Amino acid sequence: MAEPLLVVERVSRRFGGLLAVDAASLSAPVGRITALIGPNGAGKTTLFAIISGFLKPSAGSIRYNGEEIAGEPPYRLARRGIARTFQIVQPFAGLSVRENILVGSHLRHRARADALTAAEQVGREVGLGDMLDRPADTLTVAGRKRLELARALATEPKLLLLDEVLAGLNPSEIRDIVPVIRGLCARGMTIMMIEHVMQAVMSLSEHVFVLAEGRVIAEGPPSRVAADAAVVEAYLGHGAAAKLGASHAL
Amino acid sequence: MRGFISIAAVIAVLAAVPLVIQSNATLNFLVVTLLIALAGQGWNILGGYGGQYSFGHAAFFGTGAYVTAILQVRYGVNAWIGFAAGIAAGAAVGAIIGGLTFRSGLRGSYFALVTLAFAEVLRIVASVAPIAGAGVGTLIKLDLRAQAFQFQSRAVFYWVILALVAISLLIARLLERSRFGVWLIAVRENEDAAMALGVNATMVKLGAMILSAAITATAGCFYAQYFLFIDAGIAYGTWISIDALLTPIIGGVGTVFGPLLGALVVKSLGEGAKLVAGDAPGLDLVIYGVVLVLVIWFAPRGLIGAVTDARKLMLRCSSRSVREAADG
Repeated sequence: MAEPLLVVERVSRRFGGLLAVDAASLSAPVGRITALIGPNGAGKTTLFAIISGFLKPSAGSIRYNGEEIAGEPPYRLARRGIARTFQIVQPFAGLSVRENILVGSHLRHRARADALTAAEQVGREVGLGDMLDRPADTLTVAGRKRLELARALATEPKLLLLDEVLAGLNPSEIRDIVPVIRGLCARGMTIMMIEHVMQAVMSLSEHVFVLAEGRVIAEGPPSRVAADAAVVEAYLGHGAAAKLGASHAL
Repeated sequence: MRGFISIAAVIAVLAAVPLVIQSNATLNFLVVTLLIALAGQGWNILGGYGGQYSFGHAAFFGTGAYVTAILQVRYGVNAWIGFAAGIAAGAAVGAIIGGLTFRSGLRGSYFALVTLAFAEVLRIVASVAPIAGAGVGTLIKLDLRAQAFQFQSRAVFYWVILALVAISLLIARLLERSRFGVWLIAVRENEDAAMALGVNATMVKLGAMILSAAITATAGCFYAQYFLFIDAGIAYGTWISIDALLTPIIGGVGTVFGPLLGALVVKSLGEGAKLVAGDAPGLDLVIYGVVLVLVIWFAPRGLIGAVTDARKLMLRCSSRSVREAADG
């Protein structure tokens, strides 16, 4: 099997006395959807910030496409083909939806006309076709999440890091956006997603990493991970797995 | 294309003014207004499009003025070459200040304060340095020939500054439609999001700072040629920093015509206030201040912003009624 597109090896990040990420290792194979889950405060977003260059790791190595990229600034990683979305959506509030996406598409298209064409195409792909000329700050939460995705896609990434794109959406909105993500994967894009919506994680990804207190405590196919005693304890507290086991035994 | 036609139309109308009005006082007033509009457009590139509010554009204005004057007076350099050198020197000062502030990650009010400090330092240096004429100032010799960049007629000066303003309008329009401009606006709106999309925010801001400094320095060069006298308080004084930021803010930040409109309004108000107040000392300033407060209160995005806001509001209302009609 070919080397995964992204390999994170024993990456740590310390904030003063707090070890937010503790020797975490994970990988994202080409053309697959890999999920990163874990309870609140586990360090998932910090790990994403490190991979996308917004934070420098205190230790460890990150290889993308076989090259070491730890500590490179975000704009250079974007040029290499790594795009991310933000958990707290960050639209360019004063601009229209089209202009928002244009910022991303200009990365690969210098000429304005080409960049505008590309932006429009991406906008339609994520289902914002009717709202291209709306000011970004008039979009609903679901619309903003789509815009976040569209801007990232406009940079034509090979590796897409999605930070809770489904959080805050209602079930029907989730149903609408899941096929979009699956479509990207079918086109050969490699995706790593942080997600709390377990139903989506189960249906989308083949491989899950579980982060708790900065450490990767389990990995594997979603169904196996969900049954893992360490994972259950991380979410529900110490001793929970035993109690659950006992109640099953009864 | 429409964006360029509007510039051509505005410039054509302004170019015709000296054919109608021959009054020296009026032309003088218009030359100063256009000079402020040019300095304001420089500020607008960095502050309006880039969101980096500088309080120290006097640093660039003064450098342009001093380099133009000193090269002629002390080194006998041709005025046109001095003019070009002044622009280049202003841009260089922009590169230095921008390099220091942006690389160390200064944003918002910290950036504003540091730019103010740079301008003040330059003012103090100019007021003691012998080469700048120290406290006495620098006087450019009267030499009314085109090759000395001096003209007998006010109208010619007027057309020269108008041409410079026209170029600055074109630059702003081209900026809006270029990749660099799109990235600059993205940095203004949200620096982190811009970086995630591949924008090197530091370099984009630095580029905008250099362009901004060059344009404001051009206004300084012209000032020296037009008035033929500068001292530290004129060239590096806070008045020009304030005028350079006030005109785009009043006219409309981040718009092509904002600085020009703002300069026309602010300068007309100033003159009008003087007429109304007559000789009562300071009363004109009071009127001026009250009007400023009113504009900022009722049109926080400037006069052009107020017009586009009203248009957007109408659009939104009409689209809502369409939607309601469709639902109903």
